Amino acid sequence: MADKIVLEIARYSPEQDNEPHFESYEVPVYKEWVVLDALNHIKDTVDGSLTYRWSCRMGICGSCGMMVNGEPKLTCATFLSSYADNGKKIRVEPLRYFPVVRDLVTELSDFLVKLKKAKPWLIRKDEPPLSQGEFLQTPEQLDRYKQFSMCINCTLCYAACPVVGLDPIFVGPAALALAQRYNMDSRDQGSAERTAVLAHPDGVWGCTFVGECTRVCPKHVDPAGAIQQYKIASVIDWLKSFVMPKGQTT
Amino acid sequence: MPAVKQPTMKSAPQYTEFHPRWYRPRVSVYWWMGEWHYLKFILRELSSVFVAVFVVETLMLISALRGGPEAYAHFQQSMRNPLVVVLNLVSFFFIVFHTITWFNLAPSAMPVRLGGRRLPDVLVAAPSYVAWLVISVFIGWLVLR
Repeated sequence: MADKIVLEIARYSPEQDNEPHFESYEVPVYKEWVVLDALNHIKDTVDGSLTYRWSCRMGICGSCGMMVNGEPKLTCATFLSSYADNGKKIRVEPLRYFPVVRDLVTELSDFLVKLKKAKPWLIRKDEPPLSQGEFLQTPEQLDRYKQFSMCINCTLCYAACPVVGLDPIFVGPAALALAQRYNMDSRDQGSAERTAVLAHPDGVWGCTFVGECTRVCPKHVDPAGAIQQYKIASVIDWLKSFVMPKGQTT
Repeated sequence: MPAVKQPTMKSAPQYTEFHPRWYRPRVSVYWWMGEWHYLKFILRELSSVFVAVFVVETLMLISALRGGPEAYAHFQQSMRNPLVVVLNLVSFFFIVFHTITWFNLAPSAMPVRLGGRRLPDVLVAAPSYVAWLVISVFIGWLVLR
């Protein structure tokens, strides 16, 4: 393993630059250091103006997502040593397809608007009194949506999805997977309210099943699977509407 | 009716504290060429064209069979054309690719639950492969017997 490695970091200063450029920094390689440690080392000892987001350092907050050698990664879980062996440089860029605010910081408002549209919370038609106690759920009922509930909103899946890049109004993997997470939840009664956003050309039908969102997801959420499952469910609902035009189909 | 105020265009948008000047990268037309995962997706989408080629050929075969021995002989002759042979070889490669990628994606689109648990993807995909093998062997036996 090499002692040192060069990080090529995308720098963009909105006050001075028209587009980002790369600057190189040499950092020591320790086996326990991740890319985020190297960024902190640069900010602390070389260039304090380097700007990036981070918080928990343990793959929970979802703040430190960046492109590392062209792959969307959580930099707190991407070890320098896995790149140092073959003597390559590490290229760090802001997450793809998002507007860049400064250096490695992306603008997330668009994602947050889409997320809210998908209504990723429990919707109840009836609200039983608290005295009735909590909603009970069997392990099987939990298992149906648990995988989709592991999302940390890190937006790596958006940076992996070419549809997000090519069609900016596409709702996108994480928001669709989270909507499906609540649709699959036995306590939820709001799937009909999510239909307008989900069963739409910019919703699940915008997805072409590239499958990259699932491959890059650090929490193994499988957004691509969630989206295809919703496609099938919505087609079945649509067919049911012919058989039972006035009936409740969901 | 009041005059509609036209938005003024600035040649170079200026950075201000409250309206940061974002950098918006453009997606290249060649976005799918640099990465194998994207290229694989484009090839998978392209493979449907070759599925259509085989469908058209099958329809031509049925039409030739309906037309009698002369029409069938003519169809066989046209299939021997080197260009058609090359097209069929390329189509065959893409159809195998199409089939494998389709079978492998099916478990994530249609998870199967048994006894409250989701079956492993391998077990969901396996029947498709077995059916593919059995049907291929049967057709091979029909043709070669």
